[in-house]
Amino acid sequence: MSHQPLPAGPISAHRGRGLPLPGADIDTDRIIPARFLKCVTFENLATGVFADDRSERSGDHPFDRDEHQGASVLVVNRNFGCGSSREHAPQALMRWGIRALVGESFAEIFFGNCLALGLPCLTADPAHVAELQEAIAVDPGAELLVDLEAMEVVLESEFAGDNRWPVTLDPGPRRMLLTGHWDGTSQLLAHDAELSATAAVLPYLSGFR
Amino acid sequence: MSAGTLYDKVWDLHRVSELPGGSTQLFIGLHLIHEVTSPQAFAALRDLGLSVRHPERTVATVDHIVPTTSQARPLADPLAEEMLATLERNCAEHGITLHGLGSGRQGIVHVIAPELGLTQPGMTVACGDSHTSTHGAFGAIAFGIGTSQVRDVLASQSLAMTKLKVRRIWVDGQLQPGVFAKDLVLHIIRTLGVKGGVGHAYEFAGPAIEALSMEERMTLCNMAIEGGARCGYVNPDQTTFDYLRGRPCAPSGEAWERAVAWWSGLASGADAVFDDEVRFDAAAIAPTVTWGITPGQGIGVDETVPTPDQLDPDDRALAGEAYQYMDLRPGVPIAGTPVDVCFIGSCTNGRLSDLRAAAAVASGRQVAAGIRAFVVPGSEQVAAAAEAEGLDAVFRAAGFEWRQPGCSMCLAMNPDRLEGRQLSASSSNRNFKGRQGSASGRTLLMSPAMVAAAAVAGQVVDVRRLLADGDASPSATRPGSEPSPELSSAPSAASRL
Repeated sequence: MSHQPLPAGPISAHRGRGLPLPGADIDTDRIIPARFLKCVTFENLATGVFADDRSERSGDHPFDRDEHQGASVLVVNRNFGCGSSREHAPQALMRWGIRALVGESFAEIFFGNCLALGLPCLTADPAHVAELQEAIAVDPGAELLVDLEAMEVVLESEFAGDNRWPVTLDPGPRRMLLTGHWDGTSQLLAHDAELSATAAVLPYLSGFR
Repeated sequence: MSAGTLYDKVWDLHRVSELPGGSTQLFIGLHLIHEVTSPQAFAALRDLGLSVRHPERTVATVDHIVPTTSQARPLADPLAEEMLATLERNCAEHGITLHGLGSGRQGIVHVIAPELGLTQPGMTVACGDSHTSTHGAFGAIAFGIGTSQVRDVLASQSLAMTKLKVRRIWVDGQLQPGVFAKDLVLHIIRTLGVKGGVGHAYEFAGPAIEALSMEERMTLCNMAIEGGARCGYVNPDQTTFDYLRGRPCAPSGEAWERAVAWWSGLASGADAVFDDEVRFDAAAIAPTVTWGITPGQGIGVDETVPTPDQLDPDDRALAGEAYQYMDLRPGVPIAGTPVDVCFIGSCTNGRLSDLRAAAAVASGRQVAAGIRAFVVPGSEQVAAAAEAEGLDAVFRAAGFEWRQPGCSMCLAMNPDRLEGRQLSASSSNRNFKGRQGSASGRTLLMSPAMVAAAAVAGQVVDVRRLLADGDASPSATRPGSEPSPELSSAPSAASRL
C-alpha cells in the first residue's frame, strides 16, 4: 500500500505525518487478525491491518480516515502489540506505511519484532502521548520529526506552533538503529568460533555422553 | 540485579558474545518451528544464500492451521495445504525433523516437545510463538520470537537478546480441590496486570508450585506471556526428572545420571538474588474466569463483574470497552452467564490431565441443549492416551465432539471458529476481541473443568458445586496424577536430539 522504501541502513531520524491510535492493550490479533496469517510471504499484509476494527467502525477508523492516508508515525498508548508473537503485525504496519511508533509502552516481543525490521518504538510519558495525539488530531497534515539523536519528537505545525516532546529508547536498541545493526543476522554469523566454543561446554548437546 | 538464579545461570552458559548494538548473542539449544511463522524465515534464508547452522537442533510440527475434523491430504483449505506443503518442503530441504500429521507425534508444538522429552532443564528454547514460555516449566529459559528471529536462529543457532530482570512469584499454601494451575495463573495476571511482567522473567516458586505436576507447571508458564513476561520458569526438581525419565528424547543409562546432576545444579540457589518478589496464597484462590477482553480482566467465579469504581483509574477506559464488547454489566455475578460454545484444548490446557479433569466433570452428565461443546486433544499422543483410558467415550456420551489434535479454536486459523456474537467458555489463553474467529465473538477463559461444567450447565457455574455432588471421580481434584511417558513404537527420528 505504501510506496516508501522499506527501512535499510542506519536510522537516525524519520519525518512523516502522524496517526493517533488511542487505546490500551491493543493486541497483535487486532493489528492483524489470524486469518491473514494464512500466507507464506509477508508481501500482501497491508490490507489486513486492523481489518476487524476497521470494518466494525465502517470507515471511521484512524487507518481509514482521509486525513491519515500516507501517515507514517503511529502514536499509541500503553502495552501496544501485546499477545501473539506474530511478526505479521509489524510487517502489516510497515507495509501499510508505518516507519516509526511512539507510545506509552510496548509489549516486549512486538518491540523486538519492530526492531528487527528497522521500526523504532519510542516511549513517552502518558501525558506527552496524549498531547501528541491531540496535536495530530488538530493538524493531521503537519509533519512529525522523530529524532533518535536528540531523542525527541517534534511536531511542525503552523497551528499548534512548534511542539517537542522527549522520548526514550533503551541504549542497546537505539545504538542498533543508529549504527544500522538492527538487522542482526550478519552480526550473529560473525561469531562462529565463539558459538562453537559455547556449544562445546553445553552437555545436553552431546546427550550427556 | 538478579544473581544466582536459574535464569542467570542458564543465561551465562549460553552467552556467545556481546554484540555491537549492546545486546548479547545467546546460543539457542532447542528451536521449535511450525507452519505459520517459519515460511518467510526460510525464504529470507534462501534470499541471503544461507544454510541452517544446526538442523539437528530444530524440530518442526504442524498445528495452527490443521483441521480437527478431517486431516486427510490435501487439506480442504488450499491456503492451509500450501502452508503445510511449504513446511514439508523446507524441512526436507534443510534436513529438519518434522512430526507431521499421522506420524503419531504431531500436535501443538508446546505439547509435543515436552512429551517427546525434547524440552529439558537448562536449555534455551525459542519458537516463533509467544506461548513458548510453556517450556519454562522444565527450568528452561524459553521465549517466543518473531519471524526475523526464526531466520536468525536457523542461520546462526543464536539470537541477539537483552537480559531480563527476574521476579520471583512465591506461592504459599495449596490450591483447593476444583482449583487448577489455570486459575492460579489467571489470578496472578489479574493481580499484576497484563503488562506487569514486561521486562521480566517470572520465577514461580514456593510450596504451591512445588506441589504442581509438570502438566500444571506447563499451564502456569504458558500464560506468563499473558502477564507480559516473555518467559516464566519453575526450578527443576524430582517432579521434573520423574516426568522426563523414559521419554524418547531424554537421556538414558549413565547419561541420565549425569543429566540429573547437571540439571539439579541449575536451580536457583538459597542465596539467589531477585530483582523483586511478589507473594500469593494459593488457598485463597477460587476458580477464576475472565469477564473482559484481556486475560487480566479476571474474577473469581463467585464474584461480580467489577464496577468502574472498584478498578484502578488507569483500567477504567478498557473496562468500559469490555462491558460493551462482552455485553456484560458491571456489578452482575459472572456465574449464570449463558454460553454458546465450549472449547477444551490448546497449548494451555490440551494435555491428558486437563482432559481427565474435564471428563471427570462431564462423566454421567449431558451437555446442555443448544450448546456446542468440543474437545481437541493437544497432540496425537494425548489423543491416543485419552482414548486408551476411554476419555473420548466419556466425552461423546456426554454430548461433546471428540476431535483431532491442533490449535483449533484458540486462534481459529482452521475451520473451528465462533459465529457472530457467540460467547465461548474456553480453556485457551486469550480473550482478545475477535480472537476465536468471529470479529464480534466473545471469550471467557477458564480451566478445562470449568469449561466442562459450563457445558453441562449451559452457563458459567462454579465447578466445585458439581464436584461436591459426589459423583465426580477423584481425578477432577488436583493434583492430577502424571501421565506416564509414551514409549510406543512411534518414529524415532527425533531421538537423535
